[in-house]
Amino acid sequence: MTESNGHSQTNGEHYVGTRTIRPDGHDKVTGRARFGADFNLPGQLIGRVLRSPHPHAHIVSIDTSKAEALPGVKAVVTRDDFADQPSEFVPAGEMMMNYKDVVRNVMAREKALYEGHAVAAVAATSAAVARKALKLIDVTYEVLPHVIDVVEAMRPGAPLLHDDLFTAGVEPKPEKPSNIAKRVEIKQGDVEAGFEKADIVIEREFKTAAVHQGYIEPHAALATVSEDGSTELWCTTQGHYIVRAHCARLLGLDIGKVRVTATEIGGGFGGKTVVYLEPLAIALSRKAKRPVKMVMSREEVFKSSGPTSGATVRVKLGATKDGKFVAAFAELKYQAGAFQGSPVQPGTMCAFAPYDIENVHVVGYDVVSNRPKVAAYRAPGAPISEYAVESVVDEIAKKLDIDPIDLRLQNAAHEGTKAAYGPKFGPIGLEETLNAIKKTEHWNAPLRKWQGRGVASGFWFNIGGETSVSLTVNEDGTISLMAGTPDIGGLRASLAAVAADELGVPYDKVRPIIGDTGSLGFNFLTGGSRSAFSGSMAIVEAAKQIRAELCARACKLWEAKPDQVEFSDGAVRPLGALAEKVKAMTVADFAKVAGKTGGPIGGVGRINAQGAGPSFGTHLVDLEVDPETGRVSILRYTVAQDAGRALHPAYVEGQYQGGAVQGIGWALNEEYIYGADGKLQNAGFLDYRMPVASDVPMIDAILVEVANPKHPYGVRGVGETPIVPPLGAIANAMENATGIRFTELPMSPPKVLKALKEKGLARA
Amino acid sequence: MAKHHIEATVNGDAVEFLCETEETLLDVLRDTLHLTGSKEGCASGDCGACSVTLDGRLVCACLVLGCEVDGQKIETIEGMAKGEALHPLQQRFLESAALQCGICTPGFLVASRALLEKSPNPTEHEVRYWLAGNLCRCTGYDKIITAVMDTAAALRKG
Repeated sequence: MTESNGHSQTNGEHYVGTRTIRPDGHDKVTGRARFGADFNLPGQLIGRVLRSPHPHAHIVSIDTSKAEALPGVKAVVTRDDFADQPSEFVPAGEMMMNYKDVVRNVMAREKALYEGHAVAAVAATSAAVARKALKLIDVTYEVLPHVIDVVEAMRPGAPLLHDDLFTAGVEPKPEKPSNIAKRVEIKQGDVEAGFEKADIVIEREFKTAAVHQGYIEPHAALATVSEDGSTELWCTTQGHYIVRAHCARLLGLDIGKVRVTATEIGGGFGGKTVVYLEPLAIALSRKAKRPVKMVMSREEVFKSSGPTSGATVRVKLGATKDGKFVAAFAELKYQAGAFQGSPVQPGTMCAFAPYDIENVHVVGYDVVSNRPKVAAYRAPGAPISEYAVESVVDEIAKKLDIDPIDLRLQNAAHEGTKAAYGPKFGPIGLEETLNAIKKTEHWNAPLRKWQGRGVASGFWFNIGGETSVSLTVNEDGTISLMAGTPDIGGLRASLAAVAADELGVPYDKVRPIIGDTGSLGFNFLTGGSRSAFSGSMAIVEAAKQIRAELCARACKLWEAKPDQVEFSDGAVRPLGALAEKVKAMTVADFAKVAGKTGGPIGGVGRINAQGAGPSFGTHLVDLEVDPETGRVSILRYTVAQDAGRALHPAYVEGQYQGGAVQGIGWALNEEYIYGADGKLQNAGFLDYRMPVASDVPMIDAILVEVANPKHPYGVRGVGETPIVPPLGAIANAMENATGIRFTELPMSPPKVLKALKEKGLARA
Repeated sequence: MAKHHIEATVNGDAVEFLCETEETLLDVLRDTLHLTGSKEGCASGDCGACSVTLDGRLVCACLVLGCEVDGQKIETIEGMAKGEALHPLQQRFLESAALQCGICTPGFLVASRALLEKSPNPTEHEVRYWLAGNLCRCTGYDKIITAVMDTAAALRKG
């Protein structure tokens, strides 16, 4: 048997790299697709959560007796229904989480640590009864002083969130607890000596605000627990296996007894990698012995689910007068929210990753304060630190009078560069994205007064990880494809194209679905830009098994030796003299005789995907500042990013465009605004202003493809990098439009107007 | 207080239902009539995921009370395709990859149809402002705007 290596050489690529119609598309344009809140079960109860009105308070007592006595109330749960957990860190997406904290975040124990922290939950026969019951729960709080700002939280004497939190990563171990959970550091070379060699050193401090992932679909869960403990859960999540693991752990259930189905997911961006409602719904259902459905309101999403960190970042960068970066230092202080675990570690590692710099030192602090616990948000931590670095890079370009793209090209990381965070890069596409931007007509287009153009680059690692898929050849030769990573933006289209090409069958004969946790082996979640990268690798593996099986069956049918047959173009073909005796058999031909030739035909891919290729991108933006109002309008936007290989170009472009617009929101408008009372003042879409269609122009997307040699198709993850460059690119464009270096995000109208006034530039 | 008895037309079908005073049209559509294509993203009229038309007028179903729609004609995403044929906007959204997660898609389609019925030859500016009441967090709007403009052009050619 001649075993082809799959894709290009033998089968020809018919679908990979083309703009196929997504297999789940018809359901999504007709309203048929079922998202988290669209599932219902007979006899279901409605669950609601009582949340703390205080940003910081001891919970002295919780009396649920009146609520339990209300007709229609079937179950109430509080901290008493969840066993305490030992301190143990487990991966959650690209971040780590601690079960001791997770159990406290899903249901407050000793203290309420932020406004909106869950304190109790009820299940009742209707939403109205559930709401009424919440009002009957009597919680006695002892209100404590709170702290919201990260710098204030770090000061000695600041209100302390956890009296057992001692800063990790410092020697000797501190004697007193503080709000600084952790100090992290990366070091390469000798920065002191490096700065000595610099002709120019720029040092600046930047501030960014906490921003929310802003998925349009609120968290939702529907749970049903039977008398024998068998548990079924439908929820909107980026990782149903992870939800299963967390719920089993928090509720003391066997993993095998918990079956989780990921519904269609209405956006996640990292925010649906952790659990909120899921364990509460199961706990309520277990008590009530009826299905319990829970859906968050938008206010709850803002107040109680993870935003990403706001931060304070200091960057110092030194260069020679001809533009060579010789030393780089940064200090990052990231908000973690009420429990430790900000993305400061990746922020630290990413900060200078786009550049080949001999001497690098980055220090990061993970700081707790009375805010909701942060969750992952698209390239967690990277946009913040890289925004600060890209701002300083631009300032150096200006001071040295070097073109900002040329300066980046001169210092760009390339194959062989040793990144300060550890590895030596393989083939990467940063220079290619810079050159692609430089070649655009956009780069040289004229600008008018009050308009500015900015450029910035960005980096994200990408990950692989544990992945299981299956391919089944059905009786009629069609293919059932099952993956276990929720499809958040075109995964099924990408995987179906790979399967079709690998097996030489038409794309529309492959039906991909996302299986539940009982249907496939373990899958890590959709995050880290891993699902298309790892999933396609696993599909290649599964298809290889099917091709080998078909070749073996052909040998039996034809009484041939393995070297007399080969699989190509969707069929096993006889070779040499055998070709005159028998006819090639297609996948469908084998399907018809499967029963007589050995039974059902299929393959499974169970891999721990390695070799994720980093993706670099460069963004170019034109904007205009209104000197009367301080409002900034984005006029034109171009993204160039290395996809390695775009499995589905339209959905790769979609990642670039969507990430850019999220970045525009982060740069210009979005922020968590707190009052002196420690309460969030803009917990709704009207006041938490995400970009709408009239705020943005078309986003031109340039697909750069520098193949990732570790992937059979050359794929790199593409989802996260696009949110990294916009913050810096827009800040740089603002400087070019106004002459003012803005060092605080968001650059919202009041802030911009104030800065213009201070410079005497505002038009009254 | 007793529930209200309401008779209305939904996607051409006569329906009658009982609803509490405080129930919104979105609650009625999703929970009583089991038409879950209209989505609740905010319940405050900011996201447009529950866009429907009421006697031809584009509204957020979360801002209309169920008891207000007596005698009116409601069109939802579920009524947009006619038999086997998708509406040209639906088809173009598929071909243009104008959706990623798809949660906002029903609202965008209903709102876009309302626009094209009113204004068959819209400028990009007009499309962007008409759809400014519909939030999408995935696509950056580019492919949605393109799909609407392309559909309008195709419909004008007939």
